[in-house]
Amino acid sequence: MSGIAAMEFRRGPGGSVVALRGALDSQTLPPIWSGARAAVRKNGALSLRVDAAGVTYCDGSGIAFLLDLLREGTRQGARVTITNLAPRFAELLGQFDQARLGDEALPPALPLSRIERLGRASLQFAGNLRRQIDYALRVTGCLWYELRHPSLVRWKEVLSVAEQMGVKGLPVVTLIAFLMGVVLAYQSAVPMRQFGAELFVANLIGLSMLRELAPLMTSIVLAGRTGAAFAAEIGTMKVNEEIDALTTMALDPLRFLVVPRLLATMFVTPLLTIFAGIVGLIGGGLVMLSFDIPLVTYFKQITGVVSIGDFTGGLFKSAVFAYLVAMIGCLRGLETEGGPRAVGQAATRAVVSAIVMIVVFDGLFAVLFNLLGF
Amino acid sequence: MSAQSIIEVEDLTIGYASDGHDTVVLEDVSFRVLRGEVFVILGGSGSGKSTLLKHMIGLQQPLRGRIAIDGDDIVTADGPARRSIMRKFGVMYQMGALFGSMSTLENVRLPLEEFTEFDDDAIDLVARTKLYLVGLMSAVHRSPAELSGGMQKRAAIARAMALDPAIMFLDEPSAGLDPITSADLDRLILRLARTLGITFVVVTHELPSIFAIADRVIMLDARTRGIIATGTPEQLRDHSDNPWVHRFFNREPEEAMP
Repeated sequence: MSGIAAMEFRRGPGGSVVALRGALDSQTLPPIWSGARAAVRKNGALSLRVDAAGVTYCDGSGIAFLLDLLREGTRQGARVTITNLAPRFAELLGQFDQARLGDEALPPALPLSRIERLGRASLQFAGNLRRQIDYALRVTGCLWYELRHPSLVRWKEVLSVAEQMGVKGLPVVTLIAFLMGVVLAYQSAVPMRQFGAELFVANLIGLSMLRELAPLMTSIVLAGRTGAAFAAEIGTMKVNEEIDALTTMALDPLRFLVVPRLLATMFVTPLLTIFAGIVGLIGGGLVMLSFDIPLVTYFKQITGVVSIGDFTGGLFKSAVFAYLVAMIGCLRGLETEGGPRAVGQAATRAVVSAIVMIVVFDGLFAVLFNLLGF
Repeated sequence: MSAQSIIEVEDLTIGYASDGHDTVVLEDVSFRVLRGEVFVILGGSGSGKSTLLKHMIGLQQPLRGRIAIDGDDIVTADGPARRSIMRKFGVMYQMGALFGSMSTLENVRLPLEEFTEFDDDAIDLVARTKLYLVGLMSAVHRSPAELSGGMQKRAAIARAMALDPAIMFLDEPSAGLDPITSADLDRLILRLARTLGITFVVVTHELPSIFAIADRVIMLDARTRGIIATGTPEQLRDHSDNPWVHRFFNREPEEAMP
């Protein structure tokens, strides 16, 4: 129903009157609602009668409008009555207790003192930390057990995940590694050429790509691609109660879901890192050609300066980073509570946490390798 | 369109395209829903109840036929005309489909904020009256994840009612609810139909609910791909000659288990 609604406010000897006319619905009310409320407010504590004789239609919004006038009048201390409202609308209006429409009717929330809030936050932080350490230990325990009993590993799942993250992740890893080699070579070759030392760009690219950048960038790409996918997939399973189903079928979600992903990631990431390192070196080599350094000279220079320790150190780091990415991605998925939004949050948290942990561990490795003389 | 009917479905054939050919779910189905009645679409699993509902609310296009909502054909309408037809009805989905990122009150406020010119106080009050009607005033600030299944369905009804639509479509309102909550929901539907004059189109196969709320029923059948019975629930239960209708209302298994 639609049409027009009108409101007239007048003061009389027996009190004020708000006369309403027309259809009161969501289409007709906006032009008169705030004006009517303002009139009731201005009327103050004087007795007020809302005359609904001219109301031809009243839907849920119309009822809310009448309730608003009653509530506003009561707030001002006025005695408000609604008269001449058609019985079917009056019956509808009669269903509402205006005192229960606001938040006042809700049970009061217990206020917490600053100390209590601090205590709760501390307990929550400690609880989260304990759960995460417990999770890491249990996952590591599961992984160790399954490596000692390979027949228990769900190899089909491992291969499927490895294909998803490895083969399908190859193009983006290739692109980033190649461009990194190119950028690194250009940025260093131009200033070093002033000293006639452009050949040593090969040393720089070789060491930085194989020791540092290939494992770091590959892991960061995997954190964005694979870690987020693990969190979203397991998070959706959690929301759909599939994790509960696994548990009640006496299947350990860690063994069933986390370990295969962990194994696949730890297997594929070092391979991707080797590939990224080689592609990065090729990218740098192509740039060096434009500086009149032949590829043979470039690669000979690299093999002369990069030791097997540099290479294996990079691979070891990539395996640790892979462990962190997979473990954090699965953890964030398992922590998911709620609906679709929580799944998105889990994926975001997985990426952020994984990248932070990768950088932290990279720093630790730098110190450790230095102490060990690598 | 007859003065009494608010929805008219004429010669409707619905289905889906698969492997290069059309799979027909319902063929040449026609029926009318009268203004202010509680109209129930029932049938066994896979009979096309929910698919029919999706066509009636314009989410899917039929293979052929006409669906008139208050005189306007939703099948051929597009753009603003289609949106205008969609404003005439509210829908409660089977799982509630409340937005998890919003509180219950915000879920109900959303259509009011988008489609009306009320000020913020008015929107708040209108939304609260809807939640009051469905008995959820104690949960206005809770997120949908904190609500029980029955509360989520009631909140979904409140959201569907936000703009005071003339028609409400409910998909399996009683599914997954305990008998008491289900009966509460039935009472709510009846109360809204009788006091607000809303026309309800309800898809369900819950027999107690059908007897509690339905003014008229149509029964769909997957084998004939059409309507096999129309009438009040009592008429279908007591006077139908169709063996499938008889089995359905008497909860008889289709064939003996081996």
